[in-house]
Amino acid sequence: MTTATVLEPKMPKCWRQETKPHKFCPGCGHGDILKALGTAIDELGIQDRVVFGCDIGCSLLSWDFFNCDAIQTHHGRTTPVMTGIKRARPELICIAYMGDGGGYAIGAQHLVNAASRNEKLTVILANNAQYGMTGGQMAPTTLPGMKTETSPYGRDVDATGNPTLGPEMVAAITPASAYVARGTMANIPQLTRMMKKALQNQIDGNGFSFVEALSACPTNWRMNAAKTWEFVEKEMTKYFKVGELKVPAAKQEG
Amino acid sequence: MADKPIQGEKRMFMTGNEVCAYAALAAGVDIMYGYPITPQNEIMHYWTRLAPKHNRSFLQTEDEISAGFTTCGGVLSGKRAFTATAGPGNTLMQEPMSMAEMMRIPAVFIIQQRGGPSTATVIYSQQEVTMTCYGANGEGLRVVYSTANHQELYDYTIKAFNTAWKYRFPTFVLGDGYQAKMRESLTMYDPELRGIKMVDTYPLVGLPGKAGADRDPAHLRNTYNTEEELYEVVKELVATYEKFAPEIVEHTTMECDDAEVVILCHGIVSRAAVEAIRELRADGVKAGMFRPITLRPFPAEPLRNVVQKAKKLLIVESAEGQFARLALPSLYGLTTPMETIFKPGQGITSDEIVKKIKAMA
Repeated sequence: MTTATVLEPKMPKCWRQETKPHKFCPGCGHGDILKALGTAIDELGIQDRVVFGCDIGCSLLSWDFFNCDAIQTHHGRTTPVMTGIKRARPELICIAYMGDGGGYAIGAQHLVNAASRNEKLTVILANNAQYGMTGGQMAPTTLPGMKTETSPYGRDVDATGNPTLGPEMVAAITPASAYVARGTMANIPQLTRMMKKALQNQIDGNGFSFVEALSACPTNWRMNAAKTWEFVEKEMTKYFKVGELKVPAAKQEG
Repeated sequence: MADKPIQGEKRMFMTGNEVCAYAALAAGVDIMYGYPITPQNEIMHYWTRLAPKHNRSFLQTEDEISAGFTTCGGVLSGKRAFTATAGPGNTLMQEPMSMAEMMRIPAVFIIQQRGGPSTATVIYSQQEVTMTCYGANGEGLRVVYSTANHQELYDYTIKAFNTAWKYRFPTFVLGDGYQAKMRESLTMYDPELRGIKMVDTYPLVGLPGKAGADRDPAHLRNTYNTEEELYEVVKELVATYEKFAPEIVEHTTMECDDAEVVILCHGIVSRAAVEAIRELRADGVKAGMFRPITLRPFPAEPLRNVVQKAKKLLIVESAEGQFARLALPSLYGLTTPMETIFKPGQGITSDEIVKKIKAMA
């Protein structure tokens, strides 16, 4: 006789159960990325020291996601808010969580300058190649030819430039003590390892750490599930190479 | 901990910006975040020289948006934190100021007004009144002290930190380029020796204990999902502000008891008014002055009582009616004849006021 096994969804311990199921659209990358982050926080045992900051845009839905102190701030301003906290209370582990708009468009100057100053912060950026919450407009990371609400005939790179290569930029302007990587929701174990290294870099007081995570938008991409995965795994990775770009004194993740 | 920056009382002769830096030190400020803009730069200059000697910190940010938001971050983490700006920097800083309004973040902002709009001059004006009191997408739930001299810069910078932390509304010291740059004498003091207890600060994030086990997490947001939800939040904020306003509001008067002409002004312009009143009184003209010290909340009732008794009102400001627009709702329904001296971006002398009042007679 066999007994039925009830499989409960395995949530990171630092997730706040009362706020689950989470508020992101089914199939959205945020849930997976935040799972990787949560696992990393659990494994490092830093839940009681973490202050989590999130932006405006879809990422704001994570304001009550963790059993950690959290603050939701303005569009693109999560980095300075967390900088302000970290500078005042260096013992806290400050995580700034944002989308591609918050990091590469409206908040680009904050990302660039926090990276240049080598702030002892961890910035996690979900790159879903468009603006989700505002209805699917073009983002700095929209792929060439990709259709969005404000590039209805496909992104014309002659008129609007090429997709922003965030980690490459951050790697170029940070000192050797920074950690910079690009992961993907298509490889959660790897993304989790990157998150851990990024947080460890802050714990060690080394410097700035930055992880971009390739993500999906099941709503505005107007694709079915299979195509969504294909887009994340094949189309996005043509421009956005997954891997570590800067690792201080540690083995590089391929 | 290093020695107190101000021991006992000291008579000093220095610039207003230097006074602000010393006042922040005396108030026990932990950290300043700032971005250069004239005419407030020397607040940072003196702070960066003095702060390390007293175990205090500083961060020069990439712009005023960041300076405002890092200040909010510092305050959220439980530290006494402030920033300073002017003109176009004040414009940029409205965004973090609106977050401070919404989340009741007790951040302190020192504004040394310069000319406007836009880049304008780097010297002087009273043209940041509307923006400082009512800027950004909010209801103006702020406390704004308009100072007139260096002693007040010292007194009200210290007071601003206590007002901010006691009532938890963002608090502003509204100075100007003249006050920032000129030297004059004042008495500096250790607040404790004058019985001023600095209100304790406390963290809103980064709280002790494990969230979810020992305590609930602090989950702060300024986004609301429905109009009804926001309505409740803002109504509560407004009610709290209005409850505290009578405790916060301040004004001063000169010779108002029998005044036939009342000069209404604020900040450094009041010093021209004081001199004008002395001259006018010597000539037998019954002139007086009403000066709000808090522009937000505004001393509406006391102003109304004074103007009601007067025969004439003269509003004087170094702006094109920004202060008048703040004051006029208090006077609704009164028929006291009113004249104005509006000089955007220019200082005002006692001679001009005397001449105007004599012409009004």
